[in-house]
Amino acid sequence: MFVERINMREKPKIAVFKFTGCAGCQLELLRLEDIFLDLLEFFDISYWVMVKRENQEDGPWDISLVEGSISTPEEIKEIKEIRKKSKFLVAFGDCAIGGCIPSIRNWMPQMEAETQVYHDTSAIHSTKVLGIGEYVKIDAILKGCPPHRENILELLKSYLLKTKPRLRKHPVCIECKYRDNACLITSKKIPCMGPVTSAGCGALCPSLNRECEGCFGPMSNPNPEALASIFRDIGLSEEDIIRKFRKYAGTSIEFQREAGLR
Amino acid sequence: MDKEKTIEVDYIARVEGRGAINIDISKDGEIKDLKFRIYEPPRFFESFLIGRKYDEVMELTSRICGICPVAHQITALRAVENALQIEPSQQTRDLRKLLAISAHIQSNVLSMYFLSLPDLMGFESIIAMAKNHPDIVKRGLRLKKLGNDITELIGGRAVHPVTAIVGGFTKIPSKNKMMNIKKRLKEAKQDAYHTVDLFSDVEIPDFKRECEHIAVSDPNEYAINNGKIRSTHGLNINEMEYRDYISEKQVPHSTALHSHVKTRDSFMVGPLPRVNINFDQLSSDAKDAAKRSGFSFPNFNPFVSHLARAIELVHDIDESIEIIDRLPFKDDSRITFTVKAGFGAAVTEAPRGMLYHSYDIDNNGVIRGADIVPPTAHNANNIEKDLHEFVPTLLHLPIDEITLRCEMLIRAYDPCISCSTH
Repeated sequence: MFVERINMREKPKIAVFKFTGCAGCQLELLRLEDIFLDLLEFFDISYWVMVKRENQEDGPWDISLVEGSISTPEEIKEIKEIRKKSKFLVAFGDCAIGGCIPSIRNWMPQMEAETQVYHDTSAIHSTKVLGIGEYVKIDAILKGCPPHRENILELLKSYLLKTKPRLRKHPVCIECKYRDNACLITSKKIPCMGPVTSAGCGALCPSLNRECEGCFGPMSNPNPEALASIFRDIGLSEEDIIRKFRKYAGTSIEFQREAGLR
Repeated sequence: MDKEKTIEVDYIARVEGRGAINIDISKDGEIKDLKFRIYEPPRFFESFLIGRKYDEVMELTSRICGICPVAHQITALRAVENALQIEPSQQTRDLRKLLAISAHIQSNVLSMYFLSLPDLMGFESIIAMAKNHPDIVKRGLRLKKLGNDITELIGGRAVHPVTAIVGGFTKIPSKNKMMNIKKRLKEAKQDAYHTVDLFSDVEIPDFKRECEHIAVSDPNEYAINNGKIRSTHGLNINEMEYRDYISEKQVPHSTALHSHVKTRDSFMVGPLPRVNINFDQLSSDAKDAAKRSGFSFPNFNPFVSHLARAIELVHDIDESIEIIDRLPFKDDSRITFTVKAGFGAAVTEAPRGMLYHSYDIDNNGVIRGADIVPPTAHNANNIEKDLHEFVPTLLHLPIDEITLRCEMLIRAYDPCISCSTH
């Protein structure tokens, strides 16, 4: 039934790109082991350097999954080229959305970050770490560090079905309720980022006796100011609160105030 | 040899991260220039970790690598625990070993089946292989899934797991689920043997270079998470002494620093050095599989790394079952400790080889210094040295073939370039 609704005259072409990041999002895509071969029936993977030696360099691609942030002038040029050749461009994971963990360095002078690692910084061309949306228009985002494979699949399926993907906008709290987890903030005074963090992980950390650290980035329309004030009441220092928000999405519009001025 | 030759790969395929090869060969067959150029943008983890808290280090450094997050987590946790003088329980050590082994299974299967096998069987990718060799491709997927499923059971998810913390685990996996994994591990043994057969049978280049091999080593177990640093050239030191013996230097063509043993040379880390140095600690079935393969160890052909991964796969399955059998499934996971100033270092075996982390922590538990050397930063220098000796043996071949073989040598090391430029 699913198959019948899809026009299979030509398989959509997928491209997977890596910018500054850890390849974890690509690994989560490869985590679809059970249906990996089935996916190949529906999609033509025409560019994926980590997996293929013969890649179609010129596009156009129907879906481009872009992993990683932009952190060099070369990457700015590349992402603009990729945009031109892509019909549907996806910011694939937190790095592509807003720089994720490596964006913590945006609060340091770049030279200080560089001299810590390299004695000759003339060969290093790094800039601030920013999401691809700073430079090109994006058509969809897959939140998470890494995005959950079910969400990746939801996006790919909805592309075939020409429907709007059901990606979560609500907070992790809703998923905690589904799983019958006691609230870590109200019951144990543990500083959980769940109330401002996008769902999609299935409340992974709170279900494993650990507070949400915010790896899916901000939910739609969160109230970080209120959560910061709760953290203050629990006993967190201002530095601790800054560290909480300056982690996976410190550069986002939603969290940048609590993450501290850059 | 009559013409100058140039070998150029701008973006090496089927490895993690972004690297290139540039080799110029003169008319007389002399190598004029040879670079394994790593241009992956660095992320400066060692810089931005300063000012973060000791209990975040595992979570943050996990993001150095999407293929080997577990190795970074465990190394970071052990370095922090060494600084704070925390001694985790036996169950924590066992669960961490099982977690690390599961990550080795996943990563080594990815390297063998997805990244390198297509070269050895004449395909451009595993996707292209799927039609003609569905059984082999499905076996690769099945083994990879097994590794990932174990990581997920212990860690919550396969990529960037969440349960391992300073001192222990936030949650101990259920015994029932673990017994199901044990059953699958037993069934996977056959797949592991087939993998050894496959990588003993495929043709690999006949190339040997007796460079120094280094691995973490322990007389009582096949070392992954703890042990001394030992080498084929006599190195035998503790993790705290790492910086007294191993140095890094920057080279202009690589954002990954190059490592060498002080007063000596570059060295190799990874599955082949592990099997060479720790052969005696392999499970008896893994040793038998190695003997049946027809290859002898110690072995100094870097292309035998694939077979070493396959032999380790047999061992990894055996040791996982052993660990599951002795796990008490006690809820002893959270221990109390005091935060104090200190320095701690740790080495472990990531899937790609020795990984080093060290941290300076102040009285408030804030990181004041960090030093991280991933396996591919250890290997990058040695890969170039290998290429220097390997390329002259290939000059009778057409350029395309020379290029492919250079790539294959690099893929035998299974570089994780993002790691190397953390």
